[in-house]
Amino acid sequence: MANVVLRNVRKTYPGGFEAIKGIDFEVGDGQFCVLVGPSGCGKSTLLRMVAGLETITSGEIDIGGRIVNQIEPAERDIAMVFQNYALYPHMTVYNNMAYGLRNRGMAKPEIETRVQEAARILEIGPMLDRKPRQLSGGQRQRVAMGRAIVRQPKVFLFDEPLSNLDAKLRIAMRVEIRKLQRRLATTAIYVTHDQLEAMTLADILVVMNGGIVEQIGNPLEIYQKPATTFVASFIGAPPMNLIPLDGAELHAQFAGDSRSETEAGILGIRPEDLSILPASETVGGFALELMVDAIERVGPETFIYGARAHRDGKPAISRKPGELPPGEVIVRVPGQIAPAIGERIVATAPRDKLHLFSADGRRRIDL
Amino acid sequence: MEKSAYFKGRLLPYLLLVPQLVITFLFFYWPASQALWQSFLREDAFGLSSDFIGLENYQTLFAQPEYYKSMLTTAVFSSLVAVLSLSIALLFATQADKNLKAAPAFKTFMIWPYAVAPAVAGVLWIFMFHPSLGTLARPLRAMGFDWNPLLNGDHAMALVVMAAVWKQISYNFLFFLAGLQAIPKSVIEAGAIDGAGPMRRFWTIVFPLLSPTTFFLLVVNVVYVFFDTFGIIDAVSGGGPAGATTTMVYKVYADGRLGGDLGGSAAQSVVLMVIVIAMTAIQFRYVERRVQY
Repeated sequence: MANVVLRNVRKTYPGGFEAIKGIDFEVGDGQFCVLVGPSGCGKSTLLRMVAGLETITSGEIDIGGRIVNQIEPAERDIAMVFQNYALYPHMTVYNNMAYGLRNRGMAKPEIETRVQEAARILEIGPMLDRKPRQLSGGQRQRVAMGRAIVRQPKVFLFDEPLSNLDAKLRIAMRVEIRKLQRRLATTAIYVTHDQLEAMTLADILVVMNGGIVEQIGNPLEIYQKPATTFVASFIGAPPMNLIPLDGAELHAQFAGDSRSETEAGILGIRPEDLSILPASETVGGFALELMVDAIERVGPETFIYGARAHRDGKPAISRKPGELPPGEVIVRVPGQIAPAIGERIVATAPRDKLHLFSADGRRRIDL
Repeated sequence: MEKSAYFKGRLLPYLLLVPQLVITFLFFYWPASQALWQSFLREDAFGLSSDFIGLENYQTLFAQPEYYKSMLTTAVFSSLVAVLSLSIALLFATQADKNLKAAPAFKTFMIWPYAVAPAVAGVLWIFMFHPSLGTLARPLRAMGFDWNPLLNGDHAMALVVMAAVWKQISYNFLFFLAGLQAIPKSVIEAGAIDGAGPMRRFWTIVFPLLSPTTFFLLVVNVVYVFFDTFGIIDAVSGGGPAGATTTMVYKVYADGRLGGDLGGSAAQSVVLMVIVIAMTAIQFRYVERRVQY
């Protein structure tokens, strides 16, 4: 049982590359903290610094009231689940779990009890005599979890533990990890690049990008009030629509509230906050005229990709793969709605669902 | 994993096997059968005729105390060389596997001795350790150590062992390094988190995971010391003094080539062949089973 506090933590590699640029946050006792961000954002590095597998260039990492900067991984009282599970291939499942306990000189009967208990919880009892190569991906994942829980550490560290599993198993294991962590009430730090995993697991969500923290908070708060355009487009799938507006457009859009005074900014609307109307109908509030480019029907809902009618009437051109082309807007509507490609529609949203960011995307502008 | 390929023509698979079979036949089965046949013959002193004498060559061979001595010498020599070259190479490989700045240069230097021919290696070592000429023997003698591999059998053995080990370390080093690099870093890190110190990690994780490499090298090294060290022994000690470094393969040469006893020499090479085949078979049968995980 412990809290984990990071104070102005930095990591600079010998080549001069600054992977972590000053990070502060606190994970309370028993909380589940998720570090999420695109690859290369420093989340795994940060986790490995907490584990003691990477040195800390400056700042402090505090686990349970003890500064661990100079303490060996084994002495930090943490357990880690690796992305590739890192099971000992030459040891049986039992020995994989018992290894850490033996290294700490625990008595044999106690080891036996703990391993059997972990095997029971994770339902891997019948596999204790097998070697890792005889197990499926999901079973290996359980053994890796077992190896972490037998130690009864102060903190669990998870480094993308589900990314090697197939989609169905990933969801099942995600739920199990959460249940297990609640039951053991052990503080956990979990790294993932999957925003859905992050949203569903976290008590505290830390959104990282380029070695800095973009936003910290509980997942719903972050979803409802993203602090930057990066967070807005990273959390939530499909991502938030971001539309740059100049002063005049802003003034028109937010007439009557304090936000209309902004010089220029980026308007954000979540696809699910938009609803569509036939072009003929007019409504108050926010409205976008779109030409339907593509439709994805996933069953319960439909994603409509629409090109915004430009001032000069030409369709917008995409710049980078993965980036929303300028002028493209995604609308998320119930599954039974399916406009035809090329159809003109009007997407509307109530004004209180609109987000506004500064022109550089680094700051949220609230009422 | 089972792998099988299917061919349309019936001839193609055999054609593909031909080059390998020809090589094996020409360089193993044919000379081996020649040696076997020769071991039943006796050549007259001028090499003009030969008689079939059955197993007499073998009877003579096993009646010679020198032959048992060469077996013992071989046992001592091969275990020293195999153990030393494997363990020193492993030590070097673990050092080179660390993320040191000098590691690439270190690796390159480590590989060079392998490019030196065995006889040349022998000459290098005898130059260094020749009792009266050797650059390293003089300081030894100056320190009061009566170093003389030309007269003292133990010294001679030490010298050929050193030369043979030195020559083989490069090869073992390369394989150990590749083996070490194939071990996932995260497994070692998991060991560190699991509370195993560096030594314990090495013996409980790294070493067992390296065992397929170690086993392969053991087989290769045994073959090396039994056959390929001939050049070193010939250059360093010529099998002496007083047969102290006459290994079985050296005796085959000494008796056949120098002594002119072709039949006896052939019988020895048959025995040697049987021993090496048996040892390899035992290694595969009993040791290999334990290195699979």
